Amino acid sequence: MSRWMPWLQAAPLALVLAVFLVVPMAMLVVVSFYDYDSFSLIPDFVLTNYREVFSSWVTWQTYLKTLWFAGLTWAITLLLGFWLAYFLAFVVRDPTWRMLLFVLTTVPFWTSNLIRMIAWIPFLGRNGILNNTLIGLGAIDRPLEFLLFSDFAVILAFVHLYTLFMVVPVFNTMMRIDHRLLEAARDAGAGFWQTLWCVILPLCKPGIGIGSIFVVVLVMGDFATVRLMSGGQSASVGLMISNQIGLMQYPAAAANAVVLLAMVLLLVAAMLRAIDIRKEL
Amino acid sequence: MRPDVELIGVTKRYGATVAVDGLSLLIPGGSYCCLLGPSGCGKTSTLRMIAGHESISAGDILLAGRNVTDLKPAERGTAMMFQSYALFPHLSALENIAFGPRMRGVGKAERLARAREFLRLVQLETMADRLPAQLSGGQQQRVALARALITRPKVLLLDEPLSALDPFLRGQMREELKRLQRELGITFIHVTHGQEEAMALSDLAVVMDHGRIAQAAPPREIFERPASAFVARFIGGHNVLELPQGRFAIRTDRTRLAPAAAGPDLAGPDRAGLNLAGQVTAVEYQGSAVRVVLRAADGQTAEALLPDASFHAAPVAPGEAATLGWSAQDAHALPPA
Repeated sequence: MSRWMPWLQAAPLALVLAVFLVVPMAMLVVVSFYDYDSFSLIPDFVLTNYREVFSSWVTWQTYLKTLWFAGLTWAITLLLGFWLAYFLAFVVRDPTWRMLLFVLTTVPFWTSNLIRMIAWIPFLGRNGILNNTLIGLGAIDRPLEFLLFSDFAVILAFVHLYTLFMVVPVFNTMMRIDHRLLEAARDAGAGFWQTLWCVILPLCKPGIGIGSIFVVVLVMGDFATVRLMSGGQSASVGLMISNQIGLMQYPAAAANAVVLLAMVLLLVAAMLRAIDIRKEL
Repeated sequence: MRPDVELIGVTKRYGATVAVDGLSLLIPGGSYCCLLGPSGCGKTSTLRMIAGHESISAGDILLAGRNVTDLKPAERGTAMMFQSYALFPHLSALENIAFGPRMRGVGKAERLARAREFLRLVQLETMADRLPAQLSGGQQQRVALARALITRPKVLLLDEPLSALDPFLRGQMREELKRLQRELGITFIHVTHGQEEAMALSDLAVVMDHGRIAQAAPPREIFERPASAFVARFIGGHNVLELPQGRFAIRTDRTRLAPAAAGPDLAGPDRAGLNLAGQVTAVEYQGSAVRVVLRAADGQTAEALLPDASFHAAPVAPGEAATLGWSAQDAHALPPA
């Protein structure tokens, strides 16, 4: 009895993971080796799906574009998130104000992603609020075209959607920094930037690591934002998979999903190597 | 110019409350000064103002004749050792010590060599690569001390450096602080709420109360001639009594005891004002001494610290009547309340 007890106790979670994670993944991998035609899946073991992924220049471009979206979004959310967290943790002194402002940063999350994206459209459109205002002010004489249905709009939406995922973990690590450390640094002759670089940044690394994983994983897997904000002019791997599913090309979509998963896992592994996040768990 | 520290009318206000109230003090260069007082007396604010971590509401601070009131901490020639040490948790002991030179742009090889030298000074050579979390409280303290000393300050400021240590380590560190101060010959300003610590360490003890100096003098003078009832009570070892002739501080170890039955040698008519009759309320054995607490009829309490031999020669028990007495030269007159 006692010998089986630990297994029994672990069983419920193991079962849940098996049914909802392991089996779907296994199916994904199996299907990625199937053959298909316009009407049906053909159970088989062929490498054509992967061959198509790696031999098509368009697919390569799509992967690169997705990486570029992820990289740029990561850089901007990191910059914004770090300073927002810095402001909340070190500039705002009053705990009530700090909590209030912190809750304020989470307010956008009370509406759905889709609504927050759609809200940009009347603002950024050709005859949108921003263009009309700028024309009204005489700053421009033709509407700015790049504002909507462009890579700019995609990045803007990503930053808007995901900056909070950076702010929260970084803020969390910053709040744990003893303020006397900053005084000790000042006492030893450190200026503002030196304190930032030699004390605050190293101590925030776990938070930055967690935030980076959130942002990169979310952007890499996205398809709705890219479709909506680029107006169909940009592609991401997620969007490509979604389109393939729409065309009933399940094996091709599965192969792309496996490649994307491997890529994301590699990225996360690289980040975990660079930053020890265990202190935060 | 001797590196004296001079405070002139230094005041610190937080809104409407005055934490430090027009403090003036001269700390001679190369001395060990203890700022002593109950919590909230302004001693830590004073230290932080000298360090430059707290702005000064009014007054001036001079260091070696130079007005440092508006200078940054690192430009003053002071270094601070923080309460609970404030070591950088992500840096090794050696890197913590090398932090000051690193901020001042000293090259890596040179600053690590210098840090090693200071690690040796505090006898922690073998702990160079440990992180603060891997060091004991006493070792962390030594690292903090070395980190403060490496900037070669003229004045070292210590904020309750011993309060986090257990009593055994505290004694050891106390000796070490005194040794370092003697060897380096720099001024130490040490904030503490422990009178014993101040007595053991200081050349100049400054007793503070409500943001003002209650008495600033060598510890022996403070103990033998406390300036006020507050000082006498705070440093301990004194009975503060209202007697017919006025208010007096009488050292408990100079106070003698006679059981009520033992006759007139403490209670004679010629000894008016040199005794206190009452009832014993507590007897505490302390090893080499015995502490006897007595409550007089008028409600005043006083105690006698008796050598164990003399107590056991004529013991008293709680509840018995007894008389405390002292000689005239041991009664130190205090200003009236």
